[in-house]
Order: sequence, then C-alpha cells, then structure tokens
Amino acid sequence: MQLLQYKSQAVAKPYFIAAIGLFVGQILFGLILGLQYVIGDFLFPAIPFNVARMVHTNLLIVWLLFGFMGAAYYLVPEEAETELHSPLLAHLLFWIFLVAGALTVVGYLAVPYAKLAEMTGNELLETMGREFLEQPLPTKLGIVVVALAFLYNIGMTILKGRKTAISIILLTGLVGLAVLFLFAFYNPSNLVKDKYFWWWVVHLWVEGVWELILGAILGFVLLKITGVDREVIEKWLYVIITLTLVTGIIGTGHHYYWIGTPGYWQWWGGVFSALEPVPFFAMTVFCFNMVNRRRRQHPNKAATLWALGTGVMAFLGAGVWGFLHTLAPVNYYTHGTQITAAHGHMAFYGAYVMVVLTIISYAMPMLRGREVNPERSQVLEMWSFWLMTVSMVFITLFLTAAGILQVWLQRIIPNPQSFMAVQDQLAMFYWMRWLAGVVFFAGLAVYLYSFFAKDKPQTVEAGATQPAAT
Amino acid sequence: MSAFFTKSMARNIFYGGTLFSVLLFLALTFHTTWQLPGRIPTETPSQEVARGKALWETRNCIGCHTLLGEGAYFAPELGNVYKRRGPDFIKIWIKAQPTHVPGRRQMPQFNFSDQQLDDLVAFLKWTSEINTEKWPPNIEG
Repeated sequence: MQLLQYKSQAVAKPYFIAAIGLFVGQILFGLILGLQYVIGDFLFPAIPFNVARMVHTNLLIVWLLFGFMGAAYYLVPEEAETELHSPLLAHLLFWIFLVAGALTVVGYLAVPYAKLAEMTGNELLETMGREFLEQPLPTKLGIVVVALAFLYNIGMTILKGRKTAISIILLTGLVGLAVLFLFAFYNPSNLVKDKYFWWWVVHLWVEGVWELILGAILGFVLLKITGVDREVIEKWLYVIITLTLVTGIIGTGHHYYWIGTPGYWQWWGGVFSALEPVPFFAMTVFCFNMVNRRRRQHPNKAATLWALGTGVMAFLGAGVWGFLHTLAPVNYYTHGTQITAAHGHMAFYGAYVMVVLTIISYAMPMLRGREVNPERSQVLEMWSFWLMTVSMVFITLFLTAAGILQVWLQRIIPNPQSFMAVQDQLAMFYWMRWLAGVVFFAGLAVYLYSFFAKDKPQTVEAGATQPAAT
Repeated sequence: MSAFFTKSMARNIFYGGTLFSVLLFLALTFHTTWQLPGRIPTETPSQEVARGKALWETRNCIGCHTLLGEGAYFAPELGNVYKRRGPDFIKIWIKAQPTHVPGRRQMPQFNFSDQQLDDLVAFLKWTSEINTEKWPPNIEG
C-alpha cells in the first residue's frame, strides 16, 4: 500500500528525527540550568550558566527550524500535488544544517566564548553575544545559505504545482523568517538601536511570521484528520493570520517601553499587544470547531490530541501569559523577571513545540510505512502528551509564583532588596520548577519510547476483530 | 456567514491589513530613529564605549545578566549598575571573580586588562545614562 502520496515527502523523515534528537539535548540542558538556579556552582567552571543557557535556547531554535523544514517538505508536495523540486538538495541541506548546528554547540561547550568569537572572525562583523543570536559568524552565514536554498526548493515546488492557501501562507512565513534573520547581522555600537532591531528578529519571528508557519501546519493537519472542507479551513487561516500580523507587528512596541525608545511606545505597544491573544483564541476555537465538524474518524488519535493541545496551550502560554505583563504599567514592575521566563516557557512549548510534535505525530507513521501507529504506541504517545503538557503548566505556575515574589521584594516594598538576596528567597519555587522539569523529561522519555512500542502479541492474536495494522 | 464572507475576501483583508501594519510600523520606526539622539548620552558612542560593548558581547554577559531588563534572569540587572555601585566597585568585583563560595552562583574570571576594564565601565556608564522612561523602578534593578 502506497502511504505517501509523493515519494519525495520521505525527505521529511531525517528532519523530524533530528528535531526530536535535539529536543532531548535541549531538555537535558534545561535540567542543568534549573539546578544551577538553586545550586549556584553546579558544573562550574566546566559548564557555566551562560553556556548552558546558550545551548538550551539555541537547540530549541534549531530543532524547531528542523521541524518547520520537515513539515514543509512533507506538506508542500501534497498541497502542490507534485514531487518536491529537488529531494537531493533537501538531503544535502539536512546534513549541512545538522553539522553546522552540532559544530556550533561543540564550540559553545569546548572553548570559552571569547575564544570562539576570536576563532570565527567575529571582529570582521560583530554579531555575537546578543541573546538568542549568539551563533558565530560562519554559523549565521550558514543559516542564510541553508534558508535560501530551502526556500528555493520549496518555492519551485509550489510554483510548478497547485497553489493552495496553506502552502502560500507557509511560504510567506518561511520567507519572512529568512528575511528578518538578516537583521541578526546589524549590530550598531548604539545599544538602543542594537536592541531596537534585535527585536525585528526575535519578536517578529515568534509573534509574527512563525505564527504563519504554525497556522499553515495546523491547518494542514486539521484538513487531513477532520476531512472538513478546504474552503472553510483556509478562510479561518486567513482570518487568524490577519489578526496575528495586525496585532503582532505594532505589538513589537511592547518591547520598546524601557530600552531608550520614546514613551509613546507604551501606548502603541500596549494597545496592539493587548490584542495579541485574539488570534490565539481564534486558533483555539478553530481547532475545536474543525474537530467537532469532522467528517471522518481519523484513526490517528494522538495527532488529533496534539492539534487540539496546540490550540489550547498556545492561547494560554502566548496569549494569556503574554497579556498578563504586556501593559506598560504592569510591565514596569515585571520587566526582566521570572514572569518573563514563565511566559517564555509556556509560549514556546504551547505554540511551537506542540505544533511540530503535531505534524510529527501525523506524518511520522506514514513516513515509517504504516498508516497509523499501533494502539499501544498511540496510548504511550498520549501519555507523553499529558506528562509534558501538565508539567509545563506547573513549570509556568512555579516561575510565575517566583516572579510575583521577586517583583514584590525587589521592586515594590518600601525597602527593596538586592537581586541576589531576593533570589535566595525564591529557592523553594526553583526547586519545584526543577521537579516539574524532571517530570517533563520523563514525559519526553515516554514520547521517545512510543516510537518503538508494539502492540502486545496477545492483543494481536486476539485481534481478529481488529483491523490489520498495515 | 459563509455566503457573505468568502475566502478571497479573507485573503484580501490579510494582504491589506498586513501592508497597513508594516507601513505604520516603518513610520513609527522612522520617527523613533529620528528621536533617538535626544534620548541617549552621546549621539555616536565613543570608541571606548564601542570597545566596551564588544567586550560585553564576546564574554556573553547577557547569558546571565539583564541589560535594561533584557537577557537572562540569573544575575543582577546591569543597565544601572554604574549608578548602583560606581566604577571602582565594578572593576574590583570583576577582578575578584569567581568567589568560589560553595553553592553560590559563580561568575567566570575574564582576565581583563586595565584598559578593557575601563572600556567596559565606559559602556556601562553610557548605558546607565540612556533615557529609559524611569525604568527600573528603583536602584536595585
């Protein structure tokens, strides 16, 4: 039985495997960081906090990009109804990106950062040492090359085939991702300008073009598992991404309150970013609405769960937890505290981690030559969904509690205390956050195991009433 | 509703709304850039400040500290550290790292020269004089 409609969709498989592998690395470093919050000298000087954090955040970005690329390679041929322009190029780019990513992480861990900067020619064009954009110059240039070649491959495929709203929205998001990354090369010595345009990469990625990619992937999976009319799904998608960009672009202003930019941003940023939960809420309604109106009972229950989970958790993490501290009078007190960390964790998990796991859950069985995973494998995958999602909710709640206490002790009471004096008093919350992190890791282990779980033999034997698992 | 509101209408609203937002954002960006010189200590940061910023970046200070509230939340805010501690304390502190106090958060030793310490302090001084709309709420950052 031919499971993939187009042979070239198979190039998505290594991308998804690499994504999951790097995800594991990201979480391991997260656990190191969580411990360093309470045992300050843990692994010092071998892995200082800043190094572990770089690895944690950079691995996150890289594995999500692997996920996005895998998603594009999987869904674009099916949407365009044609084979991928060049499967060979896709394979080549996979190895280039993986090796570049691995070398970068090795570089972070093996040599002091200043030495790495020296070795990689940072003085030619100073781009390193800014949060999330820590990559050495050769890595940044590599990202540009990979992105351009990837866009060429995807773009040519869409050009020669059917042009659906889903693939056009995906392509728009991916082009935006590549273009905005170019601001990573702009680093003026004027710190305010540096920060201003740094956000053009960071905010306009995660609260802008990435949401287009998210919407397109989610729309594709919902289309497949619900069988709802394409017209309906694509109309919803346009409404969602309109709300996203209309609120999110000017919403960048919520980062321009206290960095030296004019005070009017408190109004522009506040009003527009306060509306940023609206597109996320629309996405939640969209997911449930489509699943409720489904015209078929898709046997991949795990994928349906991930899709619904994305709708809910993206709204909670990005929407609600973002709104909590987005208004200037609130942000004046919460800016740069654990409140930001709480929001960051649930937003990234709820929106981007979950959508990548959604498409993996939907596509991976077919990439592995089966229509859906066996029952037991799906049950385990759904267990991992709940373990990871619930523990992420607790990570967020504990960090929020820590953040509220931090704001109170350091910024509100009449005799404010110093940063470190306050941190010492937050230890209990940091310990609880770390335990929740351990549960998250356990959930991830169950997730990995679910790929290899088979139905128990007796189930199969007794399964004359069950459909054959081919 | 579907009869009145079609997919192509939704698509056109998307293109129109996005274009409008981009243009408005660019206009605000233009205005902000124009206003900036009045909000920073010196319009063009001196060589010293620029070198200090490069040191700040190549030592990945942002991986633990915040600067004007942005960065990691592991170590104190440094946007106003010049006002909180003064230049001499900053230099002595950096030279004394790591403290090796068991269980305490540790900062690496960077082996800066006196010139580099001066540059770094110049950068932190410049940063502390940016008009940040009275943020942070108090000197503790």
